[in-house]
Formats: sequence, C-alpha cells, structure tokens
Amino acid sequence: MKKINTPLSLNKIRSLKAGEKLLLSGTIYTARDQAHKRLAESIKKGRRLPFELKDAVVYYCGPTQTPKGKVIGSCGPTTSSRMDEFTPLLLAQGLKVMIGKGSRSAEVRDAIKKHRGVYLLTYAGCGALLAKHVKKAVTVAYRDLGPEAILKLEVKDFPLIVALDSNGRSIYAKD
Amino acid sequence: MRRISAIKIKEAVAELAGRANFFLRKDVIIALRKAYAAEKNKRAKAILKAILDNAAYAKKEKLAICQDTGMGIVFAQIGQEVIIRGNLKAAINKGLACGYKRYSLRNSIVKDPLARGKSGFSPCITHTEIVKGNKIKLTLLAKGFGCENKSQLRMFKPTAKAEEIKEFIIEAVKSAGPDACPPYVVGVGIGGTADYAALLAKQSLLRKIQTGPRQTANRFEKDLLMRINKLNIGPMGLGGSNTALAVHVQTYPTHIAGLPVAVNISCHALRSASVVL
Repeated sequence: MKKINTPLSLNKIRSLKAGEKLLLSGTIYTARDQAHKRLAESIKKGRRLPFELKDAVVYYCGPTQTPKGKVIGSCGPTTSSRMDEFTPLLLAQGLKVMIGKGSRSAEVRDAIKKHRGVYLLTYAGCGALLAKHVKKAVTVAYRDLGPEAILKLEVKDFPLIVALDSNGRSIYAKD
Repeated sequence: MRRISAIKIKEAVAELAGRANFFLRKDVIIALRKAYAAEKNKRAKAILKAILDNAAYAKKEKLAICQDTGMGIVFAQIGQEVIIRGNLKAAINKGLACGYKRYSLRNSIVKDPLARGKSGFSPCITHTEIVKGNKIKLTLLAKGFGCENKSQLRMFKPTAKAEEIKEFIIEAVKSAGPDACPPYVVGVGIGGTADYAALLAKQSLLRKIQTGPRQTANRFEKDLLMRINKLNIGPMGLGGSNTALAVHVQTYPTHIAGLPVAVNISCHALRSASVVL
C-alpha cells in the first residue's frame, strides 16, 4: 500500500488514482457543517482563516468527547455531500485534500479537477478503529462548536481510498 | 401495584447509553460475519473486515462504535400495574445526558433546530407505551443522522400495487447510495398514519436480524432484500453483494383512503440496548 505524508506536493496529488489505497501520515484538520459555514463566511468577508487552508488536508469529522487517558474519542468520517455547497470556494482558496464518506456533487467533482485536488474516503462507521491512527489532537478554532470545532490532528498511517482524483476520475460507477 | 423510582429509571437509561454505543448488537455482528463470509468483491470484503474489527476494538477499549452516537430514542414500555415515583420524562432525559457524558459519547443535540447554537447531550426522543404487567422495559436506539437523513415517507393510493411499494423502498436505498454507511438494515413501516408509519419503520430496526435457517422474514422482505443486494452499492458504496443485511417490514391497519409507507434506514452500526426493570 502506498504511504504518503503531508504536506502533499502537487506532483504527489497528481499521482494519486481513483481506487488506490493509501496510508497517510502528518497533519490534517477536522471541519464539518458549521465550521464550513464559518470558513465560507470568513472567505467571503476577506477575513483571516484560523488555519492555513492552502495545501491543507481537511477531514469531515466530529469526534466524540475524549475519554480519559486517550488522545481522541471515536473519530470516523461524516457524510461529505453536506459540505458540497462550500467545497468549490474552499478549493479556490487553496484546499487540496478532503477526507470523508460518500459521493460528491457534479460541481465538487468539476472543482476538484479544476484545482487539482483530491477527495479521499476512509472507513465509514469505524470511528473506534480510526482513533488508533490519531497521535495528537489540538483544538485550533471554533471551540464553541463543540464536536464541530476545528481540530488539528497528527495522524499515522491513516487508511484511505482515493475516491475522486485530480484528473476527474471517480471510484463511483454512477459518476 | 409496583413502585419504581425515577432515579432507578435515570440510572438504567445512563447504562443503556454505554451498552448501546460500545457493544454492537450480537445479531448485527452475526449478520456482518455472514456478509463477510459470503462477499466475493475483494474491496467490499476488506471493508466488512474493518467494520468487524472496529466493533471488536470498540468493545475492548470502551470507545463508541461510531463517533455519531446519534440522537437517542428511548422506547419505554410501561406496565399498567407500575407506579412511577418522580418525573418519568425528566428521568429519561437526565439519564441519557448523564450516560452520554459518563461514557464520553458525543454531544450532538442542538436545542433549536433553526438557530442551532451550542450542542448538548439531550433531550432524546421518548416513546411511551402502556402495556400489561408490572415491569418497565426500556430500549435505547442510538440513531446516527447519516442514515436518518435518508428517511422517506410516501402516501400511496389504497389501490397501489405491492410492486409500486417495493420500487419506492428500493429507490430509497438507491438514493441513500454510499452516503449512509451500507450495508444497511432497511426499516419499513406500512399502514397507520403518516407519523405512525414512520414510527413503525423505526421500531422495526429493533427487531432481531434473522440469519439462522429458521428465518421468519416473509416473502415481501426476502424479495426486497434480494433486489437491494443486486444494486451493487455494497459496503461504503464501492460495490459488492452486501448493500443490506436485512429488510424489516412492520405493518398496521390503515384507512380505506390511504396507504402510508415510511422507510427508515440504519447504517451497519445498528445500535440499541434494552433493560427490564
């Protein structure tokens, strides 16, 4: 299985092919519905974002509370399509890699191809197992959103499957 | 008459929160194992293995099976010979919040569906039913919203053919596609009223999945399961012969002018737990 590390170079992203399995190590940021809404508002108003979106990896995830003695609680992916309306804007601002579950809209597929990004899947409904791959978790923004706050995660060999690659190919038959 | 205190109910609900979210139902595990054994698609098989490994790891580490620990739905079947000392509804809501906090589950509930705002652990949805006897049976269904979002309701004409209803159910599974964490358990409620059909669909998820040789599934359910598993959606929507683990249909008498049909899909992490007081 291909091992990759953040930050992902443009060449690296272009080498990823739909259907390929990966193990990712490095820094990723969690962001889901409300965080996306806030990020989009900030971009539209020209405000500074709470983390560097350029070349970032965003994980659609809202973990449980952190149990005592653990780095993070259960932390699997949430349904990506709910983020579709915000995604083209984020890609235009430099976001390159997204991790989630499920299919994306035609607009997102086009935007991924246009901006040479990539959309990855991870094991859906396997949040306990995925917690093993998170070595560090720090809240970096929107703490008031609770489970929807933006966390900076350090991950090791996080299991992924390429769903939409930078050439516009999709793992889903219907796309 | 038998007296049961609200405090006891509160504590029972708190414990159900942990049990439902840490320990995947045995019938669900057996159905997943059967799916794993039968799956020929290599990628689908690997995903089913991860799902089974996840359940084992969650149990061992006392971690939530899924980070979406759901909106709690509590079914309280109360014996008519029981007197409850204290406030039942408050006990259930407090018990749920207390259990979700105690077991580090997720605070996914916003008080106002429009204003949203800060999320908390409660309230849950409580369905009470008065039954015979002097006991209380409490069941917690931890329903994630990835799959709840795929719920559907249609009011058919009373002259509708069974095939039209089947097509509606299959279409609901198709539109859930890869998003709601297949392999699914497809809950279907037929009859009653709009709201009651939706409740029947949800309640059908509590039924034990039959995987043994003496299956009780009727022809309607069997035909649906077979056709759904030919959709090639598969685990994570990446293909395979396991799109659903089961189809559960619950019916109720209805009006001569109507035929309500509701679909409530559960993800593979179908989590519930019961206790009798």
